[in-house]
Amino acid sequence: MKLHEYQAKEIFRRFGVPVPDGSVATSADEACMTAETLNGPPWVIKAQVHAGGRGKGGGVRVVDSHDEVKTATEAILGQPLITKQTGSEGRKVHKVLVEQGVKIDQELYLAMAMDRDAARPVMIFSQSGGVDIEEVAERSPELVLRESVDLETGWMPYQGRSLAYSLDPLPVPETLKNLMSVMDRLYKVFMSLDCSLAEINPLVITKDGKVMALDAKIDVDDNALFRQKEISALYDPMEKDPLEREAERNNINYIRLDGNIGAMVNGAGLAMATMDVIKMAGGEPANFLDVGGGASEEMITKGFEIILGDEKVKAILINIFGGILRCDVLARGVLAAAEKVGVRVPVIIRLEGTNVEEGRKILEESNLEFMVAGDMAEAADLVTRQISQRIQS
Amino acid sequence: MSILVDKETRVVVQGTTGREGTFHTKQMLDYGTVVAAGVTPGKGGRIVEGVPVFNTINEAMEKEGINVSCIFVPPPFAADAIMEAASSGIAVIVCITEGIPTLDMVKVTAFLKDREAVLIGPNCPGIITPGETKVGIMPGPIHKTGHIGVISRSGTLTYEVVDQLTRAGLGQSTCIGIGGDPIGGTTFIDHLKRFKEDPQTAGVVLIGEIGGSAEEEAAEYVRNEFEKPVIAFIAGQTAPQGKRMGHAGAIISGGKGKAEDKIMALEKAGITVAHNLGRLGKTALEVFK
Repeated sequence: MKLHEYQAKEIFRRFGVPVPDGSVATSADEACMTAETLNGPPWVIKAQVHAGGRGKGGGVRVVDSHDEVKTATEAILGQPLITKQTGSEGRKVHKVLVEQGVKIDQELYLAMAMDRDAARPVMIFSQSGGVDIEEVAERSPELVLRESVDLETGWMPYQGRSLAYSLDPLPVPETLKNLMSVMDRLYKVFMSLDCSLAEINPLVITKDGKVMALDAKIDVDDNALFRQKEISALYDPMEKDPLEREAERNNINYIRLDGNIGAMVNGAGLAMATMDVIKMAGGEPANFLDVGGGASEEMITKGFEIILGDEKVKAILINIFGGILRCDVLARGVLAAAEKVGVRVPVIIRLEGTNVEEGRKILEESNLEFMVAGDMAEAADLVTRQISQRIQS
Repeated sequence: MSILVDKETRVVVQGTTGREGTFHTKQMLDYGTVVAAGVTPGKGGRIVEGVPVFNTINEAMEKEGINVSCIFVPPPFAADAIMEAASSGIAVIVCITEGIPTLDMVKVTAFLKDREAVLIGPNCPGIITPGETKVGIMPGPIHKTGHIGVISRSGTLTYEVVDQLTRAGLGQSTCIGIGGDPIGGTTFIDHLKRFKEDPQTAGVVLIGEIGGSAEEEAAEYVRNEFEKPVIAFIAGQTAPQGKRMGHAGAIISGGKGKAEDKIMALEKAGITVAHNLGRLGKTALEVFK
């Protein structure tokens, strides 16, 4: 689960990681009131959406008067923000963070992430901050330093020193001390909140030698939310597509994509592979949808409704390899959905596995119009052909 | 021969009194698996599907001489269950549970480092040696005894592949699901090493997906040390960056974990990559004939 910058900064404050003074606002008036309580000018207005590249997309503005706070906030709020991570539709901005401006001397990068291969958390540090760290790693890998953490000892002071003393030129001792303290505290944030990523980019050294997190990004491990109640409460449903939100409420794994072929599959791997065969047959998948291993009839019905909720969908491919999920359950779920919402597009069904005969029989004896595919390749060909015929006619 | 599990395998089901645990205890018994014991703390003394339930693994071990565990314990308690099995000397631990926190798996990995136990999973369908024993949740009838080893990061996708192999007349020695989480107990390489030494296995199918670098590492190993023919399939060739495709581990982040990089690494190692899943059976016939 992703947190907003303002939420992550609240957490940083609580753990003693210095952040600029500021507060979140949902209207221009509120933003002005916030600015009045802060030292300034300048002030910084930052769009709060779960997407990187906000600066380049016009979602971060530095302003010098209260009037400008107002106009900048009005320009951002309620508008879609388009960045390299949002896609062409952008992400609508519902909140801004109003902060006091900071005089920057140097921009660094600091993050705690999960190293999958080593099965350990790793601290990543670079003196080249404020830019895309992936690019730095590619261009000058020697500038990106890592320290792997042994959970038996936790983050050790020597590790902080080995990162901090790499800086060239070396900052004054007080600044170094503050930097190492931030590392220590970032490790505590990461471990206490079950993070998969806690990133500060940039971590700045100010003109007066302070170390401060100018940005804050926290991703929390979804699997750990059951023991992170406080974090779960920070969830912002507005960041999700309405259909994705609906799927989430029903425990269905659904991701909306740009194509026009809806797909309903059981199992994440098979769902991905189904998207791939659709694409190889010349079609474009409209979604990733995994109803899960043990889906109920209700979940199948819901999944079908969600797919049909996307107006771009011109045909549906159902690909089920019954294991725990039985094909007869699938068949009944599809029929229930068809009855409830009506089916306005061709449906291609490929069924295999547990209770397949019963599932096929239920479908054949129903009023639902559908086509049967013998295997995945045929299913993909059939569904893409339906699309091209509809476009021609 | 086969790897890790065979007809001598005596299984203990951890979490056997739960809904999933009970259902699959029955399924495994029906397949012919020797499910010798169940463990659910506080429910010792019960009988589930004719199988005696104990409070601890130690107790089950003492009374029933088990050597493989199959875990259906809910996510908050699964790491503890794995550690209990490992500390009691269980040789192979198969963890089906989906949704274990990553930090718990960091601790489990450290715990297992100096121990003998082999962990398969978590978040996996399990392991099956067709005709001998099934430790997991995969549908038994699609499998057939034979000479192809299967290692996979996915569940239903594995069933799809195995079904195609069986239809093509290619039986399997052992099929293993290593799981879809960011941190798992074993890798492709761990099992490739076992298939290398297994005389029954004539070739291997690797089923990977986007995210991480396990496939690239497997490719490197095959290139240098594995002489039997290998074919591979990678799911998620069309997946967009930054979106988690169901499995916690299946995400392309920061430009890493892309299908095209994996496919390139595999092909460079002389592995035949089946680009289209619909035709994997045919590809397998050509390579393994």
